[in-house]
Amino acid sequence: MHIVTITDEYIKERIRGGMRNDKRGLMSYRDITIGVGTMPNAEGSAEVNMGNTKVLAGIKIDLSEPMRDTPGEGNLVTSAELLPMASDKFDAGPPSPESIEVARVIDRGIRASGMIDTGSLFIEEGKVWTVYIDIYVLNYDGNLFDAGTLASVSALRSARMPKYENGAVVREGNLQRMKTANMCTSCTFGKIGSEILLDTDGSEESFTNARLTIANDSEYVRAMQKGIGGSFTLAEIDKLMEATFEKSKDLRSLVTKASGGD
Amino acid sequence: MKEKKELMKEGKRLDGRGMGDLRHIAITANPIKNAAGSAYIEWGGNKILAAVYGPREALPKHISDPQRAIIKCRYMMAPFSSLEEHGRVGMNRRAVEISKVTKETFESVVMLEMFPGSEISIMIEVLQGDGGTRAAGITCAAVAMALSGIPMTDLPYAVSAGKIGSDVVLDLNKIEDNYSDADMPIAVNPRNREVTLLQMDGEMTREEIRKAMDMVIEAGKTISRIQREAILAPYQKASEAYG
Repeated sequence: MHIVTITDEYIKERIRGGMRNDKRGLMSYRDITIGVGTMPNAEGSAEVNMGNTKVLAGIKIDLSEPMRDTPGEGNLVTSAELLPMASDKFDAGPPSPESIEVARVIDRGIRASGMIDTGSLFIEEGKVWTVYIDIYVLNYDGNLFDAGTLASVSALRSARMPKYENGAVVREGNLQRMKTANMCTSCTFGKIGSEILLDTDGSEESFTNARLTIANDSEYVRAMQKGIGGSFTLAEIDKLMEATFEKSKDLRSLVTKASGGD
Repeated sequence: MKEKKELMKEGKRLDGRGMGDLRHIAITANPIKNAAGSAYIEWGGNKILAAVYGPREALPKHISDPQRAIIKCRYMMAPFSSLEEHGRVGMNRRAVEISKVTKETFESVVMLEMFPGSEISIMIEVLQGDGGTRAAGITCAAVAMALSGIPMTDLPYAVSAGKIGSDVVLDLNKIEDNYSDADMPIAVNPRNREVTLLQMDGEMTREEIRKAMDMVIEAGKTISRIQREAILAPYQKASEAYG
């Protein structure tokens, strides 16, 4: 695989000079578009394109039993599918550790931000709502954490809430939006050599030696995840937290624009 | 016994279609950048992505055929694709069967002998289902295959026919499918009208099946035209851009 090695070296060399393959700055996102409500059978849906990364999040809300340790609360279940359609790197079969990590990190940010009040999903004793977030990766070109969070959050904010009437679930007709509070987004950074880049694309990600995801709302850090073998210094983490709070303003306004509300 | 539901009103179907009418079909070329070829179809309320990867080395090695390429096919419905509750994640028996018959449909048209030892993967993801997903999936995958540049002897299309009460109907939607008296998905190679997928369940007379086949062939002209336009679209755009 000599050709691949040559490309890697070329990209790394350019990054050392502060230049990325697509001419972005080290701390810039690719173009992001968010489309909401694309799959009307789902209670909520949103498609996010981040450069060539394409992610679709679908929300289903079902009647279910509460977890044994939280009898007065509903549930939130987040999964991510790295579809084999999305890249020749992804195989069919049971969820890979990578897809589970993506789903769990996104889940933690959303959960910790209190975006969904699981107490409000309680119906009656033994009956609660379960909110399913399914993150479908349709085309992979890096940074699934941020694209997946944007898609999930936008889909949740646009979701309609089914009703429980006379022992049956009503999914159609005049329904209200699901209640959400707060908003969580994430920024993911990759370290290549000694340089740190925001929003690594697929080729950059393939030789990133450390990755850091920071999920936040306007006030608090809500979730963090360091990934891959390398490391960050405390000073770097400090700098990246500041960068995240700065960048997340734009992300929140993108979500608000796409899904409405404030 | 199925519950009966009124599916006809004043000689028309609930969505206003006549017996032999197709729903609206639109196909977009190459939404999946990483694939060799891909297509997105909206067929009535169905929203389906199909992607083709390959030809590439057949893995695991023992499944490869030194004489020709093998086709792998995966048809899946997203857990949020229906109006009902959250679907089970992963392949159920229905998805395995549809994947198999779809693969066999393409084995009859893809020129497999040109790529010995390789595999060609077809992936069909139903993002939203509204009846006739396997037919829409095949129609969409045929466009994806053509766009991948892998040679085929024909451009297959598929559509389902069926029976509601005493009427033979074309292209059943989800509600019709749930309460119909028969459902019969068919895939056809339009050049020689060879049938490459045929399934049926319910009750139909031989005469009704002949009538359904005629409807399929007639509608096939429209479906084929939409497929060809979708394949040409990216090249037309390019040729306009460069004069």
